[in-house]
Amino acid sequence: MKIKSLDPRVDRLALDAVDKQPDAVLQPEEHWGTYQVFHQRKRGEKHSSVGIVHAPSAELALVFAKEQYGRRGETVNMWIVNTRDVLAMDYDDYDVFATTPDKMYRDPAGYKVNDKIAEFKKANLHV
Amino acid sequence: MFNKETLDAVRSLLLFQADDHLIIGHRNSEWTGLGPILEEDIAFSSIAQDKIGHALGLYTILHEQLGEAEPDTLAFMRNETDFTSCHLVELPIGEYDFSLVRHFFFDLAAHIRFEDLATSAFDPVAKLARKVKGEIKYHVFHANTFINQLGHGSEESKARLQSAVNQNFGLALGMFESFEGENLLVQQGIYKGEAAIREIWLGEVQAVLLEAGLKMPDAATTASVLGGRKGFHTEFLQPLLDEMTEVFRVDPAAEW
Repeated sequence: MKIKSLDPRVDRLALDAVDKQPDAVLQPEEHWGTYQVFHQRKRGEKHSSVGIVHAPSAELALVFAKEQYGRRGETVNMWIVNTRDVLAMDYDDYDVFATTPDKMYRDPAGYKVNDKIAEFKKANLHV
Repeated sequence: MFNKETLDAVRSLLLFQADDHLIIGHRNSEWTGLGPILEEDIAFSSIAQDKIGHALGLYTILHEQLGEAEPDTLAFMRNETDFTSCHLVELPIGEYDFSLVRHFFFDLAAHIRFEDLATSAFDPVAKLARKVKGEIKYHVFHANTFINQLGHGSEESKARLQSAVNQNFGLALGMFESFEGENLLVQQGIYKGEAAIREIWLGEVQAVLLEAGLKMPDAATTASVLGGRKGFHTEFLQPLLDEMTEVFRVDPAAEW
């Protein structure tokens, strides 16, 4: 049975209603890997990770990234990196960060600097 | 600055280019939502939109500089025989290999034409050509990358690509059909002329096909599919125009 649609384009494709059995195994060329996309807004600024594209090669990944992530706003440059080349930590190792929020001495907000400045000003105003 | 015969030739040049861009833009937009993968769906749809934009730019020059009707009127209210698009752009989208190779052939030619027109003595078109330079560069980058990818893909992708190249080639040569007054444009530095554009195109197509491991068809023994520039079309153009203008014709005066 062919798919019937209100869209004439879909009817013209004459698609079978069930294109593939649900348990069909995807072939490698039907299931492309991903590339990480990094977008640069202005020269000199850092490239920021903005997401992924599926692509069979780095060149096509760049072609796709341009439209996926460069179609709005300003862009001067883009990088793509094969996701397989990214070395990531294991989520099971998150405990290495477990006590970080306690280490307030590493955070400028951990110092009550403003209070000290106010105190200093008060003490020295009439000098 | 230019005499009437020259301006008539400019009119022909801009009109057939505008028509080519409008029709291929519409054809390629038929893939929107139906593309092979999401990323390519977005890219191909954007390119189709750009083509309609380039058609609008050309129709606008025809309207503002050469006294033709409004762009919307030119695009949506003319009869089939008034269109001067080539047959290549009219054919249905077929399978993706066909549409992709058509896009490759068409955009290489558009790139060469606009590159030439960027230095045209007819200033309005030179300005437009310089403005859309980057867009066309991306279209060619997209097309060439795909041809190279599929040429080095599986046996099937290579075979399908070669067959689409062979099938499209005579149609593509029809893009370079000569038109009246062309030599005036060449003499006055407005346009390089179809024969010269075709020679550059053959060289560039060959380079990409060879790099992709495909065979270049023989231009000398392939018949060009002509007639489009003179208003003779395939049976596919009228149904396309009917579909494209359906909404516009409901209320031609509507504000969009």
